[in-house]
Amino acid sequence: MRPGPLRLPLLLAAGCALLPWLPGLPPYWITLADYIGVAAIVAVGLVVLTGVGGMTSFGQASFLGFGAYATAILSARYGVSPWLALPVSLAVSAAAALLIGAVTLRLSGHYLALGTLAWGVALYYTFANLDFFGRNDGIAGIAPLHVGGLALVDPRWSFTVIWLGVGLAVLATRNLLDSRAGRAIRALRGGALAAASFGVDTPRARMLAFVYAAVLAAFAGWLYAHLQRSVNPTPFGINASIEYLLMAVVGGAAHIGGALLGAALVTVFNDLLQDWLPRLLGHQGNYETIVFGAVLVLVLQASPQGLWPHLARLWRWRAPVRRVVDAAAPPLPRRALPARGTPILEVAGLRKNFGGLVAVGGLDFAVAAGEIVGLIGPNGAGKSTTFNLLTGVAAASGGSVRFQGRPLAGLPARAVAALGVARSFQHVRLVAGMSVIENVAIGAHLRGHAGAFSALLRTDRAEETLLFAEAARQLARVGLAEAADRPADSLALGQQRIVEIARALCLDPVLLLLDEPAAGLRHHEKQALAALLTRLREEGVAILLVEHDMEFVMTLADRLVVMDFGTKLAEGPPEAVRRDPAVIEAYLGSVA
Amino acid sequence: MDTTILLILVQDGVVNGAIYALLALSLVLVFAVTRVVFIPQGELVAYGALTYAALDAGTLPGSVWLLCALGAGAFAAEAWRMRRRWRTRALLRLAAGTLLLPAVVAGLAMLLAPRRPGVAVEALLALAIVTPMAPYLYRIAFQPMAEASVLTLLIAAVGVHFVLLGLGLVFFGPEGSRASGFSDAVFSLGALTVQGQAVWIAGLTVALMLALSGFFEFTLFGRALRATAVNRLGARLVGIATGQSGAIAFTLAGAIGALSGVLIAPLATIYYDSGFLIGLKGFTAAIIAGLASYPGAVLAAVLVGLVESFSAFWASAFKEVIVFTIIIPVLLWRSWRHGPTEDEE
Repeated sequence: MRPGPLRLPLLLAAGCALLPWLPGLPPYWITLADYIGVAAIVAVGLVVLTGVGGMTSFGQASFLGFGAYATAILSARYGVSPWLALPVSLAVSAAAALLIGAVTLRLSGHYLALGTLAWGVALYYTFANLDFFGRNDGIAGIAPLHVGGLALVDPRWSFTVIWLGVGLAVLATRNLLDSRAGRAIRALRGGALAAASFGVDTPRARMLAFVYAAVLAAFAGWLYAHLQRSVNPTPFGINASIEYLLMAVVGGAAHIGGALLGAALVTVFNDLLQDWLPRLLGHQGNYETIVFGAVLVLVLQASPQGLWPHLARLWRWRAPVRRVVDAAAPPLPRRALPARGTPILEVAGLRKNFGGLVAVGGLDFAVAAGEIVGLIGPNGAGKSTTFNLLTGVAAASGGSVRFQGRPLAGLPARAVAALGVARSFQHVRLVAGMSVIENVAIGAHLRGHAGAFSALLRTDRAEETLLFAEAARQLARVGLAEAADRPADSLALGQQRIVEIARALCLDPVLLLLDEPAAGLRHHEKQALAALLTRLREEGVAILLVEHDMEFVMTLADRLVVMDFGTKLAEGPPEAVRRDPAVIEAYLGSVA
Repeated sequence: MDTTILLILVQDGVVNGAIYALLALSLVLVFAVTRVVFIPQGELVAYGALTYAALDAGTLPGSVWLLCALGAGAFAAEAWRMRRRWRTRALLRLAAGTLLLPAVVAGLAMLLAPRRPGVAVEALLALAIVTPMAPYLYRIAFQPMAEASVLTLLIAAVGVHFVLLGLGLVFFGPEGSRASGFSDAVFSLGALTVQGQAVWIAGLTVALMLALSGFFEFTLFGRALRATAVNRLGARLVGIATGQSGAIAFTLAGAIGALSGVLIAPLATIYYDSGFLIGLKGFTAAIIAGLASYPGAVLAAVLVGLVESFSAFWASAFKEVIVFTIIIPVLLWRSWRHGPTEDEE
């Protein structure tokens, strides 16, 4: 590995180690900074879970509790060294997260948030009522951290340890987010459906984010237990969970910097308020909770993205990062495409009912390798539903779909993608915050294998180079090489459709399903697209095309299938279909 | 366990369940109309109970000042939104609703509180003090971000919960209060002893539910609310002011919260922070019913009440743990039946 990427973290780490030893620094500030560090680690986990993965947890403090209680019990009751207790703390929390996640992660949106609220409360009362956890008194007499014979009781040592921990958490999180597994988590935001259509195991990506955030929280809990030297249930209750969420939201939940900023602001603010408000307003009252709540609501009203994006813009930290792509990287292995004319897709009697509505009612057609088939029909004819049935996004009510002779019935979208079926969407489904090339690289998800651990340790770099070289090649092929580093949502809608095609090509497809690819394109862009599709046909890819632009589809397609009201109206070469009276009536209405 | 204990537990469960049912109904209503998961519902319960208890003790409740402050806040927030299209009539109407109304209520409270006007008047006065707080909160906190995602609104609701919790401590103090009941009568039905207050709670709950279903079925406002719940944009296109629907939904939530508080004040000692857990149990019921079905929420609430009273008997330390974990099998069943869903934006 080049020395570059490590130099900054190493410098920061050295800074952390030395900073508190500066003469004249008030010890109180150091203690405050210790608590900021602990909170920052939890908030960084929430960035992955909530800001990036889109799952809100009102129970994050419970995982802090698992980590803290595990080390407290081991070190105070059994005299185990804190360093040996650390892996146990992390493992206990990860196991708890796996269990809780298995139960709650299938819930969506606000149900998930409320579910976490419920088990957050339940776990708090469990901590507070079991003798094993010392009930409300908690567990005291936890050993401090020690290195060799030196006990790190001085807050300055704690500072060093905690901020090294923060550095580690930030580094690990950056590594994770910039990896195959991390892109899978980030893709959840662009719609789980699109991610699944490119082979991302979305439940697994959700679980990864959940467990990762829980492990970071447990790490913070471990630090907290040895900093505090005693634990009790209060800091692991629902209010603490909400405070961590507040940090992430105020700072900016989508950014690691936002988590650090939020942790610092909330901790300092909390401290100041606890100090000053009672003096100003007399003694009775939890005034800081009032101000906290009000600030949270105001931030959400005025700047739902948090404060970090404003700060970053101020300091121009968001200068576009250019991803270095190794053009000389060898191409990824490709699957052997079947000989031209081999039947690829055979659809027989395909049906889909939504309640009483028949969206697709007995559709038959076939697509062969090296053939472009156009699926046309008026709006509402069932074309997009057909696409969803073919790709496993929706389950058919009847009929059969065979892909290279294999029945597709019952296969989830992920498995269909693994067979070599790639698609684009009628409503563009790119991940808005991600660059164009990262979006395209999601298409190559199934051609890589690196998991979360190799991402954290950066042993995935060789594979990442190959994946991004492939993404760059496909982007160049569709003519968007210059746009690679731009945010996907900054492109015109027509270009975003082309990005979707590049993403689909990254899958190395046998069958390509394109839903209105030419919509929103200018004339010369359409010509370029037609040339690209013609080239793919010559390579032996089978292409099924839904398109409203008749000129485009008539000149390109070998055959047309015309749908109306869920059934096939006509099928044949474009010229014949154009003259078919039934088709003319469906499109233009009866002449009579 | 003998029959007497069983019957007592069932009675406790049903009475608590009735309160949770009211809260669940209100949560479902607010969520359907405004997409706000109204976490602060519980604080309104505590406010209702503590206000009623203060009036019952012949003192002026601190919530009167809170009502005036929230009214003024709502006025300021709304006036700020109207700054571009200033209309005197609308402003006057706003002032009547947000400044005059709290002043009148406060005046009445000052006049009546020392005279101990009797349970019924005190209860009504408590309702009048607490109910308007909810629509004021809506105007201040939620209406400006009405188009935000459910999740953002949920986090904002948690913020409001924090504010109300802190304000509760300021205005009511840390001591708990208990009030005298609507009825001290005790009936005997075989082995079962029924307290008058329990009858009141059950009766008022049923009456309120009937009134609500009548409201939704037969009144224009009720239908507008249902239309907003089904489709906000569609409702707006046919001329329903969805902001107003939201304010009405919150008013109902405020009234239900305050009433629940008044009803439980004689049964248990209520502290400024007791509301949260009560509200969460209403939530548990509402979630079990999928935040969608009213009869489902009522059934689930009674179930939650029964689980609570039986677990209080068998494992009192783990009462809360048990109550909140019954949600999990339900959630599992739901997700198993519906399969994973696409997250809404």
